[in-house]
Amino acid sequence: MASLAAVSASPALTVSGLGKSYGDVRAVDGLSFQVEPGEVFALLGPNGAGKSTTVEILEGHRSRDAGTVEVLGHDPEAASSAFRDRIGIVLQEVGIERELTVREALVHYGACYSRRRPVDEVLELVGLAGLGDRRTHRLSGGQKRRIDLALGIIGDPDVLFLDEPTTGFDPSARRQAWEMVDGLRSLGTTIVLTSHYMDEVQALADRVLVIAGGRAVAEGTPDELRGSMDRETAIRARFPLEADGTVDALLGGLAGRATVRGDRLELRTEQPTADLHRLTEWALERGLELDDLEVVRPTLEDVYLDLVGDDTGADGEDGSGG
Amino acid sequence: MAAVAEHTGTDRVPSPLGQMVRQISYQNRVFRRVPISAFFTLAFPLMFLLLFGAIFDEVSIGGGLEVDAAQFYAPGLAVFTAASATYTNIGISTAIARDEGILRRIRSTPLPRWCYLGGVVGSGVCIAVFGVALMLAVGAAVYGVDVEPDRIAPAAVTMVVGSAAFAMLGLALAAVVPSGQSSPALAQATMLPMAFVSDVFVPLGDDPARWLVVAGDVLPLKAFVKAFFTAFDPYHTGSAWEPWLLLRIGLWGVLGAVVAARRFRWEPSVGTGGGGSRGRRSGGTGSQLGQSTD
Repeated sequence: MASLAAVSASPALTVSGLGKSYGDVRAVDGLSFQVEPGEVFALLGPNGAGKSTTVEILEGHRSRDAGTVEVLGHDPEAASSAFRDRIGIVLQEVGIERELTVREALVHYGACYSRRRPVDEVLELVGLAGLGDRRTHRLSGGQKRRIDLALGIIGDPDVLFLDEPTTGFDPSARRQAWEMVDGLRSLGTTIVLTSHYMDEVQALADRVLVIAGGRAVAEGTPDELRGSMDRETAIRARFPLEADGTVDALLGGLAGRATVRGDRLELRTEQPTADLHRLTEWALERGLELDDLEVVRPTLEDVYLDLVGDDTGADGEDGSGG
Repeated sequence: MAAVAEHTGTDRVPSPLGQMVRQISYQNRVFRRVPISAFFTLAFPLMFLLLFGAIFDEVSIGGGLEVDAAQFYAPGLAVFTAASATYTNIGISTAIARDEGILRRIRSTPLPRWCYLGGVVGSGVCIAVFGVALMLAVGAAVYGVDVEPDRIAPAAVTMVVGSAAFAMLGLALAAVVPSGQSSPALAQATMLPMAFVSDVFVPLGDDPARWLVVAGDVLPLKAFVKAFFTAFDPYHTGSAWEPWLLLRIGLWGVLGAVVAARRFRWEPSVGTGGGGSRGRRSGGTGSQLGQSTD
């Protein structure tokens, strides 16, 4: 249904050349993307990648240094009341009045919007049914996060921003939150979420933008992302590195891409049989034992770490060949 | 608990005035549910009244008339109550609400910002008026504090104008104070000395140091005390309206509003709980990713 809506309607959200710096740090560095109505779009990246900064700019909570942003036809930087009436925001590190009950909080914040979802329906959706009369300070951390979700959707938003919605949840609570997002998706709500959980993105997102160091490093559906690396098998081994540089001879003869870190070799290859043969042959000729030798299919996590690795890796001695 | 109205599924653009009334009643409700702030704002000044009542005797005002000393100090304590309920209370609670990320949440809703701030000021005035009424009721019942019927209107108007001005100054305090933790110290460090030079507790003696008088005349509290006291002053004859004093108080209110408008922050300052993705959740990426499977 997301694709059907996308055919006729204009994008819910358009970002072009977005940039934001804090002092010398370029938190967001030239991001461009579009989100179609009804789509669940995920920004995936490690801590400090610029996800939250990006989302806060889209929400109108932060100014930008460069680029253009349009959300539902509004420039968020103007942050008009009419704009905020049509979006829902689940922020990180946001508070709630300790003295209010859950229901009072929903009624109070709901009253700020021109459209409202029924309070009981929202409580049900986020899994707080039966806790409506509890004071908010008597809720657990996960339950408080559910209030955040509840307050994000109480105003029946057209676009919902979820900034790391399930951080701090236990596995069953996360599962419930995912079901909730699925429920919203079926109602046609456009959702922009940030996450550093691979499985969350895989379960929820129609499309993913992987960012690292403020830049886009990959974009696509979760399946496409995995597909791009799916053919490659990883071969890992550990052996004493020789000073004479003969490892270069090995690396030159391999079909895949090799990375040497210290005494560890990692090889990504589409020809695992041939490369494994070359590796073991090379080792046998020199009488080397390959410790911890393993041949594995990459997980989505490997794909992700591969994509963001260059920007976050502290290792300076990367060597590669092939 | 007040009944809560549920506007389920309706499409109705909330009117700004309705929003503001709602904000006032919400702030009042939050205030009622924090016993400690209710104690310091309402019960603490009452304690002063009872202490003063035990210390001071009746005062002769000439012509064979004697009035209780409370007639002189109760209005000053009432103004102190009003200033505590607004300036001190708003300055502290708003800074704490910012630290806790409550202002951050409010800013993400379509509620116009002035509606929220107007709700804070309006609620401050409500609480101030309630506290003053409570103090004067106790003063009247126990110590015979008295006000002429034709002076009730000037006293009420002075109280509302003064409370609103001090509420704005409270917003200004919240705007300039770095964190909720430091706000009580700054609130008391400004409020208490001001109270001593403003004839709140005891009048300055016959020949006070010049700077004490000047400080009192410049700062807003003495004008508030004088204007309010006029309605209770047994020596005063004629109208109890004090337009020039009200103007002075009002100008301080405008100053507070200007400072608040220019400096008010909705986001917690770095290190007090806010701070985006680089905050307290950093450093867990690797292990969290470990949950994914292929």
